[in-house]
Amino acid sequence: MPKTIVQEFTKGLWEELPPFRLVLGLCPVLGVTTTMENGLGMGIATTFVLFGSNFLVSLLRSIIPQKVRIACFIIIIASFVTIVELLMQAYAYPLYLKLGVFIPLIVVNCIVLGRAEAFAYKNKVSYSIADGLGIGIGFTLSLGALGAVRELLGNGSVTVWGDLSYNLSAAFPSYQPFSFMVQAPGAFICLGLMLCIINAVGD
Amino acid sequence: MNDMVKMVVVLTVLSSVAGGVLAAVNKGTASQIEAQQLTFVKGPAIKAILAGSSNNPIEDRFKIVDGDAEKSFFVGNFDGKANTIAFEGFGKGFAGDIGVMVGINMDEDKLVGAAVTVHSETPGLGAKAKDDPGLVSQFKGLSVKDSVSVTKDGGQINAISGATITSRAVCDAVDNAMKSYQKMKPQLQQEIQKFGK
Repeated sequence: MPKTIVQEFTKGLWEELPPFRLVLGLCPVLGVTTTMENGLGMGIATTFVLFGSNFLVSLLRSIIPQKVRIACFIIIIASFVTIVELLMQAYAYPLYLKLGVFIPLIVVNCIVLGRAEAFAYKNKVSYSIADGLGIGIGFTLSLGALGAVRELLGNGSVTVWGDLSYNLSAAFPSYQPFSFMVQAPGAFICLGLMLCIINAVGD
Repeated sequence: MNDMVKMVVVLTVLSSVAGGVLAAVNKGTASQIEAQQLTFVKGPAIKAILAGSSNNPIEDRFKIVDGDAEKSFFVGNFDGKANTIAFEGFGKGFAGDIGVMVGINMDEDKLVGAAVTVHSETPGLGAKAKDDPGLVSQFKGLSVKDSVSVTKDGGQINAISGATITSRAVCDAVDNAMKSYQKMKPQLQQEIQKFGK
């Protein structure tokens, strides 16, 4: 049964939610989610790349020869990643400083290449855009959620965006920030617990 | 055969177009990126080093081509004349290059200060080089002819505990900056005449 554009879009939000349902693209998921703001910023950058690469790959799918498709995908993806990197430097420099090497690493993010190979190369442009945006937004929300949990527990406060923030330590003065959560091992444990919850809910 | 030609053509065209687009984006964002770097990275460092100057060192700047790189120099006016200059030197840190902005008084050939601009060191260890002034404050007052190194290597700088590699890199960055200063001093003196009115 062929899916509608809306279904292609919404599947990225739950059914094929990248880090939690598919457990893909874990390097940035673990690496940048020390704060919610970093997670959201990384997610938005990835969404832009996904949108662009899905659109172009789908548009050029009849021209790109089968044998060199991966090379073509990588050229397209790498170009979008470089554009994101330059734009971020130009307009969101502090975020760029915090995300650092993870921005160029979007090139090798398996979600982006995976969507190009598994979806955009075989589907119409409109479906591919819906797919890219859905997966991208799902990825952004997942990174934001993981970042929020880690920042809240590890730091005692969470900054959603700009000045919008919630201070747990101020609300509960006896709360001791659990700094383990913002370090690398905390990322694994936090991701594992969230996967556990989502699997329990999902089934 | 036909397939082969198609592959080559598609890849070539795609790469060229991608290259063209990237060059355009790069050109379009270059001045904005420079402005952002001045505000967020170099600006605070320059202000810290050249504190108390009577001009705005971020506006009074010039560029000199050194080898294959272009360096920016920032001029500070003290006691009514342009005699202090700030620029960046680089050293190899634990994770990538560390940039250190150094200020040099050209009349006395002495360092007036140093501050870390860019780094990707471990938070809590090497990253202290930027956040904690204990390391960079030791460079103040050194002569440009001194060679700087950490005490472990027989030098005069106390390293940050747990971050010897970072401390070494900061010393290297200052050393590199002082070497290029000595090499370019005549050129710098010429340029600096234009400022300080």
